[in-house]
Amino acid sequence: MSFINYSSREINCKIVYYGPGLCGKTTNLKYIFANTAPDAKGKMISLATETDRTLFFDFLPLSLGQIQGFRTRFHLYTVPGQVFYNASRKLILKGVDGVVFVADSQIDRMEANIESLDNLRENLADQGYDLDRIPYVIQYNKRDLPDIAPVEEMRALLNTKGVPDFEAEATNGRGVFATLKAIAKLVFMELKRSRGG
Amino acid sequence: MAAPETVMFEEEFARINRICDRLRSDANAQVVFIVDKNGQLIAASGDTEHLDTTSLASLTAGNVAATGGIAKLLKEKEFATQFHEGEKANIHIQIVGQRVILVVIFDQRSSLGLVRLRVRKASDELNKVFDTLVAKARQPGAVKVLEEITDEDIENLFNE
Repeated sequence: MSFINYSSREINCKIVYYGPGLCGKTTNLKYIFANTAPDAKGKMISLATETDRTLFFDFLPLSLGQIQGFRTRFHLYTVPGQVFYNASRKLILKGVDGVVFVADSQIDRMEANIESLDNLRENLADQGYDLDRIPYVIQYNKRDLPDIAPVEEMRALLNTKGVPDFEAEATNGRGVFATLKAIAKLVFMELKRSRGG
Repeated sequence: MAAPETVMFEEEFARINRICDRLRSDANAQVVFIVDKNGQLIAASGDTEHLDTTSLASLTAGNVAATGGIAKLLKEKEFATQFHEGEKANIHIQIVGQRVILVVIFDQRSSLGLVRLRVRKASDELNKVFDTLVAKARQPGAVKVLEEITDEDIENLFNE
């Protein structure tokens, strides 16, 4: 749910990075944080366990350009990927404006991808959202690793609706900003559409 | 399909700021701020220069969401109030009208009793303002900026 402030002339939106454990959601945010100008970003917060696994969420506030004289600000969140943190994942989806599903390209993670995507759909439905009707993109991450599934195969499994999708290697940044740009565009198109513009 | 957006207009923003300023002074608090349940900072009053209010807003909303999750498991509607006591700073968190979060940070110059009392009064006033805001935002043409977004605007976002 976006927040439009006429007083400070800002439009704020919330984007959630979703996906199975260790698929690279936090790595996406870390890359964005490391490669954004200091004046365009706030502090990155990670609520993680001692072994660096996301416990509740990561959070990164980001400023983009202006639209109609309003500064645009995005709040990027990740969810904890591990299956047993589902209660937390549900909470983080509250008020979401756009979702990035980060899939792990390794063949032995395909089942985890499918499970996580089903879980995303269910958790969104619990909050009254329909995955097919909100801004949503898919990222096939870890393309630099051996034993990965062909993109066509992943597309057939995970992207049956044909939403925008991107190959990525979040550790070196390939595809990270392309994914972010795509979801940001979809969010604004939806905002415009929702007001009949 | 997406949930309706929260909209803040200048008139109501000024009213909310006045309520926050008065609460800060009446409660003898250091900082007062208001966050929506999704973690967006709505207003802040007091010595916020040395505070990362964006992070505070996000973490407070996360905290409230987690506590709400616990409430649900215990079949409670919500735990509307939270209080955290530190060595120097204390933080009082109150859900107002099930939609926004009112946060008061105070030290030994105030007390929990005083903060509670003043928060109750401010909550009633804030509720009225947020009722007005919701009604205003629903009016057709209220959020012109969204209607006027062009495809070019969206393209240009990343070219600056």
